[in-house]
Amino acid sequence: MKLFEHEAKEIFRTFKMPTPPGGFAKTSAEAKKRAIEVGKPVVVKALVLSGKRGKAGGVKFADTPEEAEKFAEEILAMRINDLPVEAVLIEEKLDIQQEIYAGITIDRNERKYVVIGSAAGGMSIEELAEESPEKIVKMHVDPSLGFQAYEAREMAIAMGFKGKQINQLGSFFLKLWNIVDAFDVELTEINPLILAKDGRFLAADARLNIDDNSLYRHKDFIEKIKREPVEQNERERLATENDMAYVELDGNIACICNGAGLTMATLDAVSVYGGKASTFLDLGGGADAERVERGIEIAMMYSNVKAILVNIMAGITRCDDVAKGILSARDDGDIKVPLVIRMVGTNEEEGQELLTKAGIPFLKTMEDAASKIVELAKEVA
Amino acid sequence: MAILVDKDTRVIVQGITGGQGTFHSGSMLEYGTKIVAGVTPGKAGESIHGIPVFDSVREAKDAHDATASIIFVPAPFAGDAAMEAIAADLNPVVVITEHVPVKDEIRMIHEAKRKGITVIGPNTPGVITPGAKQKVAIMPGHVFSAGNVGLMSRSGTLTYEIAAGMTNAGIGISTALGLGGDPCVGLTTIEAVKLFEQDKDTKALVVVGEIGGDAEERAAAYIKKNYDLPVVGFIAGRTAPPGKRMGHAGAIISGSSGTAAAKIKAMNDAGIPVAEKPSDVARLLKENM
Repeated sequence: MKLFEHEAKEIFRTFKMPTPPGGFAKTSAEAKKRAIEVGKPVVVKALVLSGKRGKAGGVKFADTPEEAEKFAEEILAMRINDLPVEAVLIEEKLDIQQEIYAGITIDRNERKYVVIGSAAGGMSIEELAEESPEKIVKMHVDPSLGFQAYEAREMAIAMGFKGKQINQLGSFFLKLWNIVDAFDVELTEINPLILAKDGRFLAADARLNIDDNSLYRHKDFIEKIKREPVEQNERERLATENDMAYVELDGNIACICNGAGLTMATLDAVSVYGGKASTFLDLGGGADAERVERGIEIAMMYSNVKAILVNIMAGITRCDDVAKGILSARDDGDIKVPLVIRMVGTNEEEGQELLTKAGIPFLKTMEDAASKIVELAKEVA
Repeated sequence: MAILVDKDTRVIVQGITGGQGTFHSGSMLEYGTKIVAGVTPGKAGESIHGIPVFDSVREAKDAHDATASIIFVPAPFAGDAAMEAIAADLNPVVVITEHVPVKDEIRMIHEAKRKGITVIGPNTPGVITPGAKQKVAIMPGHVFSAGNVGLMSRSGTLTYEIAAGMTNAGIGISTALGLGGDPCVGLTTIEAVKLFEQDKDTKALVVVGEIGGDAEERAAAYIKKNYDLPVVGFIAGRTAPPGKRMGHAGAIISGSSGTAAAKIKAMNDAGIPVAEKPSDVARLLKENM
């Protein structure tokens, strides 16, 4: 679950981590009010769950409340990376001495959290890693001990800070770790973390992603922020509700399979034969007839879909169940495009018989099925 | 011979009284797996398919001399179940459960590491050794035949697809294992290669990878330096878009890292032919063995 900047900063403040004064606004009039409250030049930022909003024009500096109002109006009318901007954040514009990067994420190879810092913040960590990797400091967190205060100070020292800044910045990193630990955070970034001219450290930005698998532990928080954990379209929402993995792509062939690896491999096979997939739909393990029918229904809701390929490797799943689901979808009139079925494994003969009787093409190998569906999709396109 | 699971493996099923636990215990028993006990806290005295149920892993292990565990406990409790199995020194601990919070995964993986125990998964289809007729797995046994090729994969049904293709081509498997579809898993690709390297009856390897992370790249570098027997690869997700989780939590291209192209290149650089389609794996094995 990705948090909006203002939601993340709410958590930061709970952990006594300094953020610039300001507030959230849903209209340009509210934005003006916030700017008056701040009483100084402000920054107006689009609240969207997407990176690179600065480059997209979603961050502007305003010297007066009237200017803030005007910028807010412009930004609220924008779409950034295809997402509507529904609110803006108005915050004091800081007098910047230095921009710093601070983040914590998971190192998949070490299977540990890793704390990352750099005295050269502002640009993305990927860009920084390209340009000056020597300026990036990394420390892995011991899984049984957690991140400790002296390690946080060592981070600050390694980043080149001196004197009382060592304790100040160290405390920032330690708080960030405490948030990661408390909220099952899988990725957090403060970029930039600002060292202001007056010597304060403030989190000017905040990115915080909570591990979706841990959301059951954070029900109070989700209730507090009053929104759905994930932004989804109708089809994605239905798929999630039915425990199916669903991703939309820009081709025209829906691939409905069981298992994530097999579904990916099926998309790839379609491409080998010159086709392009519209849909990744993983039915999951042990799909019964009803589930198969539901999967087809969901896939058909996406207007890009011009052909459907069902590819099932039946272990726990039974081919006759899959066939029944397909027949039932067809009988209900759900299937309005060419369909190719390939399935092998448990109860293969029974399934094949049901489909053959109903006149639905049935193929034995993934290759034949992929090449056939590409051909059919080309005919209708 | 094989790795991780052999004829002497004696299995505890944690979560045996749940729907998944009961169903797959039946299928494991049918295949030949020596399941000696089940565990569900609060249900001691019950029996599932004639297997006695205990309240704790330690009691079950003491009563039946178990060596390994397979976990079907729901995600919120799976981390704790794994810690219990690790505390009782069962090895390997196979965690089938999907959607385990990553914080719990990190904790169980490092506790196991400290004790020298192998955790397989989470989010794995398990481990099967066809020659010993033992599976600590949800894999359909009939698609695997006994032989001398080691198979490792980050997915389930794709593994069955490739195994079935190998079986049809007359190529058997020493041990097949699912490494798990999550970003953080216990046994890594490179560690699995090292285990197979020590097994004198494994004469070739199949490494089935997918987008996300760089486990395949690391394993390829290791293979190039240390592993002399034939290896064939397959990478799923050549056409996956960046930034989207493709079914598995770990199957995601982040920025420019974790792409199929990078993995295929690393494998090719290590002299590993990479199959374009699952059915090409058996052919490439024949050509290279």
